[in-house]
Amino acid sequence: MSNTRDKEKSRLFNRRALLLGSGQAALMSVLAGRLYYLQVMQSDEYTMMADENRMNIRLLAPLRGRILDRTGQEIASNRQNFRVVLVREQTENVEKTLDRLSDLVEVSEDDRLKVLKETRRKRGFVPIPVMENLTWEEFSRINVHSPELPGIHLEVGEKRHYPYNHLFSHTVGYVGAVSERDLRNLEPDPLLELPGFRIGKSGIEKFYDMKLRGTAGTSRVEANAYGRVIRELSRQEGEPGEDLELTIDVRLQDYAVERMGEESAAAVVLDIHSGDILSMVSVPSFNPNSFTTGISVKEWEGLRSNPKNPLSNKAITGQYPPGSTFKMVVALAALEAGVISPDYKVFCGGHTMLGKHKFHCWKRGGHGKLNLAESIAQSCDVYFYDIARKVGIDKIAEMANHFGLGEKLDLDLYGEKRGLIPTTSWKQAVRGERWQVGDTFNAGIGQGYVLTTPLQLAVMTARLANGGKKVLPRLVRHQAPIQNDGEKAVAVQEAEEIGLSKSALQHVLRGMFEVVNDKKGTAFGARIDEDGREMAGKSGTAQVRRISKKERLTGVLKAEERPWEERDHALFVAYAPYDNPKYAVSVIVEHGGSASKVAAPMARDLLMEAMKLDPIAQTRENDAEKDSSAVRGRDA
Amino acid sequence: MLKELGSREVNLTLTKKILDLNWGLVLLICLTASVGFLMLYSAANGDINPWASRQMIRFAAGMFILFVVALTDIRIWLRLAYPFYAIALLMLGSVEVMGVIGMGARRWVELGPIQVQPSEVMKITLIMALARYFHGLDMNEVRRIPWLIPPLILIAMPAGLVLRQPDLGTTLLLVAGAGIVFFAAGVRLWKFALVIGAAIPAGFFAYQFLHDYQKKRILIFLNPESDPLGSGYHIMQSKIALGSGGIFGKGFVQGTQSHLNYLPEMRTDFIFSMLAEEFGMVGGLALFTLYFMLIAYGFAIAIRSRNQFGRLLAIGLTGVFFLYFFINIAMVMGLVPVVGVPLPLISYGGTSMLTLLISFGLIISVYIHRDVYISPRKY
Repeated sequence: MSNTRDKEKSRLFNRRALLLGSGQAALMSVLAGRLYYLQVMQSDEYTMMADENRMNIRLLAPLRGRILDRTGQEIASNRQNFRVVLVREQTENVEKTLDRLSDLVEVSEDDRLKVLKETRRKRGFVPIPVMENLTWEEFSRINVHSPELPGIHLEVGEKRHYPYNHLFSHTVGYVGAVSERDLRNLEPDPLLELPGFRIGKSGIEKFYDMKLRGTAGTSRVEANAYGRVIRELSRQEGEPGEDLELTIDVRLQDYAVERMGEESAAAVVLDIHSGDILSMVSVPSFNPNSFTTGISVKEWEGLRSNPKNPLSNKAITGQYPPGSTFKMVVALAALEAGVISPDYKVFCGGHTMLGKHKFHCWKRGGHGKLNLAESIAQSCDVYFYDIARKVGIDKIAEMANHFGLGEKLDLDLYGEKRGLIPTTSWKQAVRGERWQVGDTFNAGIGQGYVLTTPLQLAVMTARLANGGKKVLPRLVRHQAPIQNDGEKAVAVQEAEEIGLSKSALQHVLRGMFEVVNDKKGTAFGARIDEDGREMAGKSGTAQVRRISKKERLTGVLKAEERPWEERDHALFVAYAPYDNPKYAVSVIVEHGGSASKVAAPMARDLLMEAMKLDPIAQTRENDAEKDSSAVRGRDA
Repeated sequence: MLKELGSREVNLTLTKKILDLNWGLVLLICLTASVGFLMLYSAANGDINPWASRQMIRFAAGMFILFVVALTDIRIWLRLAYPFYAIALLMLGSVEVMGVIGMGARRWVELGPIQVQPSEVMKITLIMALARYFHGLDMNEVRRIPWLIPPLILIAMPAGLVLRQPDLGTTLLLVAGAGIVFFAAGVRLWKFALVIGAAIPAGFFAYQFLHDYQKKRILIFLNPESDPLGSGYHIMQSKIALGSGGIFGKGFVQGTQSHLNYLPEMRTDFIFSMLAEEFGMVGGLALFTLYFMLIAYGFAIAIRSRNQFGRLLAIGLTGVFFLYFFINIAMVMGLVPVVGVPLPLISYGGTSMLTLLISFGLIISVYIHRDVYISPRKY
């Protein structure tokens, strides 16, 4: 009985097993079919996806172009940066490794904590920077001991370096890490996303960033899912950035900074024909290298809180009343307008009256009767009150604009200020008030609303010295590498003429000559005695604080007796040689007090140095007609 | 009649058993496991350490256990079926209390020095218990619903516990494996249709009780693009590995997907993707053939057994083995959701290797004792 039952069971089981078996076989063929579909029919697509998976394009940062001075000295270069990095997964004990490292080089507590924090955050194979800017000695010491330092790697990267430290910080600027704002403002460049990539943050570095930056190279690498590079498949080098040659002369710049010492001052030296800026100084300054490597909070606060404002480039952003250095412009406006002749004379009794207001001359006793040149030489205020009133502010403003005052000079730097040359309509529009004759009086001696930058004053002087050509200042000498064509390299676009009458200009320049070379001139003490190198110039004092009537009555305090920040700014503009002008200079010493005692000698020394440094240029000038090969020789 | 029964109840000598051992099946098992060693060797970038060597040691130990299990009298296994089931159920329950958390789910218990995954043990013991139960029923009883209630309870208890761990893959394996035993035992087909019909609304209901990550897995399976970097990423990378392997593969230890770590879990659940990447469709189909033969052996043994316990045990265990294989491969090919089922005999892992070898031990024991008659009511 059980046997038949069992047979029945067995038969049923066999039927069911057959069904199950066929079912399973069917399912297996589904899998096989799917396998065929994926591995044969869709193979190409997935092969492509697999390649995309493993291929990673990495950017190679190009070498940043160098910045050179006119003689080829490196002002900004790239320096090997010896770095120590740590790869966590290669060391058993990070702390121990760091201990061993600090036996060899000094590892600050801050760095140590930073590394330990990073090791916890990042994946094990990602190199974590431990130290940068190692000296060669430190680098080799670590190298020798590398077997005892598991996970420690030495890397050589490139780092921007400014060998002259603070000398060019305002002009050349510095580079820094890309900020969020940069990403929004700059043109998209994959390089910007590169960690550790630095772009120009100020000065020339910023203005010419695109040229200096170069283009990224690429490296195709095989990478795993975590982004760890396994090997390089191909490599395409990028274009290194272009070198940039500045008009600046390192030696003159160095001299100027040295000469200006501890003052808070600015100076600009120009080639009057080409507009080349041979030196642009703003002191005190800062070290751009510390910005590039990351400035400490303490250092930054020190720079920020310094009353002498080391962070600003006073040469282009400092706006000062030009004081008496403005008088040439007023004189030319009056002469060109025909309201006076060069022989026009005014009696100075120490002051002049305008209604009930008394306008003083700087010389309390008065100058007596003076002509134009004499009044420039002795800087008589009363004379200029008079002629300014005659010509009117709008004519003065027009002339000032011809000389580059009150307008941007399109220098290759950001942040250039335009200064201010007031007009009647300006006052109406901005102040909502009518222009007063008293305003013209003040403007006539470069006070009141008039504001200029040291760069503008240097340009003004250059345009006076070159006979009224509107040269524009320039900082970059050759934007392309100099070709053998020497002529072309020095050729300067012929500047537009202001269109001044020769005699008018001659009288003004004569006055400037007498400022330093006439015994009665305000800056006689600063004259250059060498033949053929005589300087012409003009002093100026920019009032920081009005002298009250009471102070005037009680006797004006001497500059030295007042607090530093209340003292007047001392200005001086000059050019040389007088007979064959080549260089123009403007100097402003903030709160420097006496223009003739402080600013004029500086201007003189800068011009002397400029002339001394450029003997070849003089040769060229002399030999220009004789032999053109000398030109080539200079620029090759 | 009694005599007739007695004559079938033979006691085999050990020598005879060893000679009768199904060596062909043993060889197939060794071959399949060797494919695993090869892949683990490749996974270590061409190094026997750390995975291949350990897997080989486990396999050797597992083979020893396989022989012990195979040579043990089938009647002893029949007798132990319920106690084993009870122990496994207790262990599963204890996971709730003192389980070790692994991969976001509690699945292991510490048993002295070793970690045991009770859900793995349960896969065997549930089949054993069901085989024993149906062994004791005659055909009329199988057809009557009241007799089906006890085995359904046998399934429901462990399935519920495993689902709580939560381990959806194992739950499905348990239920499906049990379903195979039900089917082979002769339960009417319409009853299956009824259960499946009831399971669909129940599934929707149960969906609400799933963990978020499980819900996510199901949703992502339905729409893999919705999570290209999460669970969908795994399936995508696995398909890329498979597809880029082409017909002949990229070569041994040459798989870029796997060696560049794009392939997730390549030593365990996704090991087939690595195989198919390196050996292509040819390698994949070769492995299918091995599995096919293993499963065919299981069926043959089941059909040849003259006792219902052996038949059901063999077909049930073979069915579970098939399910392992099918779900894993379908999963890495993106045909079913990622449920975390290893590729049998190949994926790296101790417990699953051991349970599979024990299963095969039982199947071989069924083979050795194929002619032993066991009275339905005797035990």
